[in-house]
Amino acid sequence: MTETAQLTETDAWLEAFEALEQSPPQGPAWLLPLRKAGLAQFAKTGLPTLKDEDWRFTNVDPIRQLQPNPALTRSDLDATALNQITYPHKDKDTIRLVLLDGHYQADLSDISKLPGEVTILSLAQAITEKGDSLEKHLGQYTYQNDNPFAALNTAFFQDGLYIHLPKKFQLDTPIHILNLASGDGSGAASFARHFIHAEAFSKCTILETYQAINDAAYLSAPTSEFLVDDEAFIEHIKVQDESEKAFHIASIYANIGRAAHFHSHYLTLGGRISRNNIRTKLDGEGLEAVLNGLYLSDGDQLSDHHMIVDHAKPHCDSHEYFNGILDDRARGVFHGRILVQQIAQKTDAKQTNKNLLLSDDATADTKPQLEIYADDVKCTHGATIGQLDDEAIYYLRTRGVPKPVAQRMLVHAFAGEIIDRIGHDTLREELDELVWKRLEDFTHFQSETND
Amino acid sequence: MSNQPLLRINNLQAGVEGRAILKGINLDINAGEVHAIMGPNGSGKSTLASVIAGREGYEILGGEILFKGEDILEMEADERAHLGLFLAFQYPVEIPGVNTTYFLKAAINETRKARGEKELDAVEFLKFIKTKAKLLDLPEDFLKRSLNVGFSGGEKKRNEIFQMAALEPIMAVLDETDSGLDIDALKVVANGVNQLRSPETSQLVITHYQRLLDYIVPDVVHVLHDGRIIKTGPKELALELEDKGYDWVIQEAAQPA
Repeated sequence: MTETAQLTETDAWLEAFEALEQSPPQGPAWLLPLRKAGLAQFAKTGLPTLKDEDWRFTNVDPIRQLQPNPALTRSDLDATALNQITYPHKDKDTIRLVLLDGHYQADLSDISKLPGEVTILSLAQAITEKGDSLEKHLGQYTYQNDNPFAALNTAFFQDGLYIHLPKKFQLDTPIHILNLASGDGSGAASFARHFIHAEAFSKCTILETYQAINDAAYLSAPTSEFLVDDEAFIEHIKVQDESEKAFHIASIYANIGRAAHFHSHYLTLGGRISRNNIRTKLDGEGLEAVLNGLYLSDGDQLSDHHMIVDHAKPHCDSHEYFNGILDDRARGVFHGRILVQQIAQKTDAKQTNKNLLLSDDATADTKPQLEIYADDVKCTHGATIGQLDDEAIYYLRTRGVPKPVAQRMLVHAFAGEIIDRIGHDTLREELDELVWKRLEDFTHFQSETND
Repeated sequence: MSNQPLLRINNLQAGVEGRAILKGINLDINAGEVHAIMGPNGSGKSTLASVIAGREGYEILGGEILFKGEDILEMEADERAHLGLFLAFQYPVEIPGVNTTYFLKAAINETRKARGEKELDAVEFLKFIKTKAKLLDLPEDFLKRSLNVGFSGGEKKRNEIFQMAALEPIMAVLDETDSGLDIDALKVVANGVNQLRSPETSQLVITHYQRLLDYIVPDVVHVLHDGRIIKTGPKELALELEDKGYDWVIQEAAQPA
């Protein structure tokens, strides 16, 4: 990629930003400088190349070629279109918030179960109504936009969600952030931006899903910032099921307080190229962070998970469990960095990435990285890349289980390891079924005469 | 009533990577009989069990294995199981994430399907399995656990016999079922096996030590050495071997006829 070419690519974004700057409303005074900082951060590097260590295995040229432009104007979705699609927990009680290309759709959302104590607003509305308090938080947890897509999001986000739980409030009804991509083929990029604040001792379950109305190529680059105060409990379940032609590069940041619990689950099904950049700061003693993910990739899909767990205080537990099932020519990428700062004594950090290759051409690249500056800690990591266990298949066959059935059992078990960690019972069962259905469509299970 | 043996092994030769391990096994087991095979390490006991069960990776260099009159050497492991063959493993594999109940129901129903029998529904299956679990003195929570995961050696062996009880095979091969068991576990396992003895079924007990044969009393004892059966006798032969070791049998067999 020549320097001139890179300049042109960045120019396109700079031009788009000028258009943004000129169109009202501008919002509070702190917003434009925040956006400009994001843009400047992006302009330093442009979109990543294979020479960037963090993007060594993930070629974003197809995203470059799409020449995406930010979806600055709101379009609307009609109710019929929404009724026709399926999504998790559709017929169950949820507080359902619908976004189209990153813009909140009030008419299609259902906040009837929202208790008065909990505040949920579109982010655009929150910036207008709660500008002063939001100034302290929005963009503060992104480590100065630590990747180019997060930087673009800060520069170009239009809308998203603001969710706030007051102290001690336990919300039983799950919140569902339903992100839809119109897939209208215009090459629009959506930059949904979410800020979720769970105050001390509060508790909730947040389901965050991504899917397309139409199959098309588009870029979805959402950013979520979670502020989890002392003793709060968030179970976050993200299901990414974008169009198979689309690109989904998400940034998730969590700042976690004393004795809190942050359980964040990732189910990756769709997207031609997808990546979750997850960064958690363990900023209080005695807390627990669990990052738990399953990625199913077939055909030419690439699923990438990059995460940083920063043990900034002592006595914290962190667990990362990521399993990938890769078929056909699919690729899985994993990079887990555990940073244990000098004061973080009695850290207990564990990381496991297992990749199951169902075909000869599937590949996985996995890189654990431990940086430990304290001297009284427990840190383990493990990574495997392999096929189904022949011994186990033989054992099952001697009991009369035919080979394809035995293979399914083992694949199911492998996926089950991750799904079983989802706390919410009904959601867990639903997602187990969804995973199973998807696996049935995998190349590997198509011919009945498996060898 | 057929008078062909249930299992007939004719001059079986098998090996791995060009090296012969079984060098001409001849063995007939009739319905209702329990045969024991004893032998020193390296004699080919596990290979024999594996070849009968259909494990991949072995070259068949000659001979045949007839089960109920059919040559099974070309059949896959699951096909042999559908015919009524069962192997109790010496080292049962742990399979995390595969629930014991779920696995057993699949195994039982796939076998029934292959035989054209009616499959068991969830209720019938649970009832069926609970009676079998009682037979082996297994706690009910055992059924909810992942297959063999976290099981002690004794529990794994009891699980093998439990599966045997559930699958109701016609011919069971027990590969060193007693290894690693203390006397109490051994008695439970042996009792389970004995409860499954019948005039229609047979068992091939492969063992290194005579001790198991005090509890699973064989009709016939064979001595395996260097890939061949070098002596066959009644159950007392096992006690002789316990007393005198294998050398005398090996020497006797080496003498020219």
